[in-house]
Amino acid sequence: MSLLKLENLSVTFGQFRAVDQISYNVNEGEVLGIVGESGSGKSVSSLSLMGLIDYPGKVSADELSFMNQDLLSMPEAQRRKITGSDIAMIFQDPMTSLNPCYTVGYQIIEALKTHQGGTKKELKTRAIELLNLVGIPAPESRLSAYPHQLSGGMSQRVMIAIAIGCNPKLLIADEPTTALDVTIQAQIIDLLIDLQKQKQMGLVLITHDLALVAEVAHRVIVMYAGQIVESGPANEVFSTPKHPYTQALLASLPESAAGKARLEALPGVVPGQYDRPKGCLLSPRCPYATDHCRNVVPDNQGPLERQVKCHTPLDTLGRPAA
Amino acid sequence: MSHELVLNAHNLKQHYHVKQGLFKPEATVKAVDGVSFTLDRGKTLAVVGESGCGKSTLGRMLTMIETPTEGQLNFLGEDLLSLSKEQQKELRQKIQIIFQNPYGSLNPRKKIGAILEEPLVINTQLNKAERKAKALAMMAKVGLKTEHYDRYPHMFSGGQRQRIAIARGLMLDPEIIVADEPVSALDVSVQAQVLNLMMDLQQEFGLSYVFISHDLSVVEHIADEVMVMYLGKVVEHGKSEDVFTQPKHPYTQALLSSTPQLSSDKRRQRIKLQGELPSPLNPPSGCAFHGRCQYANERCRKETPVLRSHADVHLIACHAVEEERLESFSGAA
Repeated sequence: MSLLKLENLSVTFGQFRAVDQISYNVNEGEVLGIVGESGSGKSVSSLSLMGLIDYPGKVSADELSFMNQDLLSMPEAQRRKITGSDIAMIFQDPMTSLNPCYTVGYQIIEALKTHQGGTKKELKTRAIELLNLVGIPAPESRLSAYPHQLSGGMSQRVMIAIAIGCNPKLLIADEPTTALDVTIQAQIIDLLIDLQKQKQMGLVLITHDLALVAEVAHRVIVMYAGQIVESGPANEVFSTPKHPYTQALLASLPESAAGKARLEALPGVVPGQYDRPKGCLLSPRCPYATDHCRNVVPDNQGPLERQVKCHTPLDTLGRPAA
Repeated sequence: MSHELVLNAHNLKQHYHVKQGLFKPEATVKAVDGVSFTLDRGKTLAVVGESGCGKSTLGRMLTMIETPTEGQLNFLGEDLLSLSKEQQKELRQKIQIIFQNPYGSLNPRKKIGAILEEPLVINTQLNKAERKAKALAMMAKVGLKTEHYDRYPHMFSGGQRQRIAIARGLMLDPEIIVADEPVSALDVSVQAQVLNLMMDLQQEFGLSYVFISHDLSVVEHIADEVMVMYLGKVVEHGKSEDVFTQPKHPYTQALLSSTPQLSSDKRRQRIKLQGELPSPLNPPSGCAFHGRCQYANERCRKETPVLRSHADVHLIACHAVEEERLESFSGAA
C-alpha cells in the first residue's frame, strides 16, 4: 500500500528552486534510497515533507499525501499530529540535533507525551523499552544522561529511539550515519533495517553514499540540482544506469576504478542559482550533450517504475541512444 | 630514484596530560603510542582508523606542529627533533600539510594570491613579482584560472578550495605532503577530481604522501602502503594490496567488512563489532581491541601484543594471528 505520495513537489527560496517538481511514492515496508551530491535538494525535499520549511521557503505541490490524507490542505494542528508520530525523521548530526540542556530521558518522554500521553510511570517504562530496543546498554541509568555524555553512535541511537517512539509508519533518515565511523555506521544501519523489517515501516534513506544505498535499498532515486534524474529498482539503477549523471557518479567512485590509475571524474560543479542552464541541467557537464540537450528541457522517459530524465537515455552497455 | 628513504619515524609517542578536576590526579592520554614507519620517495602511506585512533595527531607530529613526547623522526638522514629552531624552520618547509576542511583552513579575509604567497613571504627572499609569478604557475598546475588570483575563498566551491589548499602546500617545493582527510568533505564526483590531481602532482614532483583517511575505498585506490591504527597503536601495516585482499588483524577485517560495497559480489560477510572505541583516558588492559574482538582470550586481556612480521609481508599486532586461532577471512574478492 502506498504510504506517501508526492506529485510535482517544488520548494523555492525566492527565485531559487531548491527542489524542482519531484514526484515519487513510498510504499509500506519499503526502503527507498535518495542519493545525490550536496546541493541536489535531497535534504530540503525531506524537510518539506515534515513541514519544516520556514519563510522565505515555499512548498508547492500538485499532491502531497500521506495515507490518502492531503498534507498541504490540512489544518496545521492536524498535520502536527501526523508529523512526529506517523512520519518521523532522523537527522544527520546526532550531536547537534539533541538538545544539550535536557537529559536523554526527558527528550524521549517529551515526544511520547506530545503524541500519546500517559502517566509518568508508563512513559518512563516506555522510554526504557525504547532505549533497550535500539541497543543502549543499561537503559535505566542512561535516561538521566545528558547528550554530551554520549558518543556519536549512542546519540544517534537515542535519535532513533525518539523517532520510533510513536511507532511511525514512515521513517525519514537524512544522512543518519554520515557523521559516524564505519564500524558504528554498520551497527546503526543494521539497527535501522532490523526495525524497519520488524515494524514494516516505510524507510526513506537519504545519503550521498552510493554503496550504502546499493546494499540496503529496494528502490533508489538519483537527484541532481533539485530534480530527480533517474529512479528505479536499486540493483538495476546501479548495474545499468540510464542517466549519464548516474553513470558518471558511479564511475567516479574509487572502487569502480580498480586497477586504473585515474578516476573518472565528472568535470565542473553542480549549477548554482545564477548559472542554471537553459536545457538539461547536466548539459554543461555531460559528455554526451548535444545542442538539443543544451536548449530543451528533457521530460521523464520510461515506465513509472524506471524513469529517466534524459533526451538520450543510455542503453545497457552505457552508450547514449541514437 | 627508487627506494629512496625520505622519512623514518621510530617509536613516536604523543602523550597528553589531562586535568580531571581539582583534587583528582592528572590522567595521561596516550594519543599516539609507539608508531614506527618508513616512507619512500614518490610513495603513499595511508593511515586509516576510526576517529580517536590518533591518526591526526600522528600527522601533526610529522609536520612538527606538535613535538612528540618521545621517539625519533628522521627526514632525509637528519634527526628533526634534535635540531635547533632555525634548522627546524628550514626543514619544515619540506613537509607540508593539507587539512580536512577547506572551509576552515583558508583565511576568509585574504585573497587567494595572498594565501598562496604567504609561505614565500615568510620563507624566501623572492620579490613581489617573482612571488606572483610562482603563485600563478602553481594555480595553473592545480587547475585554477588566472582570474582566481584576486578572489576570496568564499567565492569558491569546496573542490576548488581544496585545490587552493593543495597549491598552498606545494608553494615551497616540499618533499612530503601530509594530507589529513583531504577529500572527506567533498562530494564523490569532486573527490575524484581532487584525487586525480593529487596523483598527477605526485608523479610530477616526486612527492611522498602520508594520506590520513577513514575512507577505505579511497585508500585502496591511492595508497602503496597501509597502516591501520587502533587507539594510538598500529595494529596492522603492510602493502596496500596485501592488507585489502588478505587482512589479518581482526580489527582490519571488521573495518573492511563494514565498508558498504557497490557491487554485490564484492560484499564481504559482515563482521559485527560490538561496542565502540574505548576511552583513551581509560584504555583496556592487554590488547586494546579485546573488548570488541571475537577471538579474544585470557592472554589478549592481559598481555599487550607487539607488532610482528607475519609471513614476511605484513606487520601485525595480534595474539590470535600469532597463535593461528583466526578463521580465514571470507569473501574478499
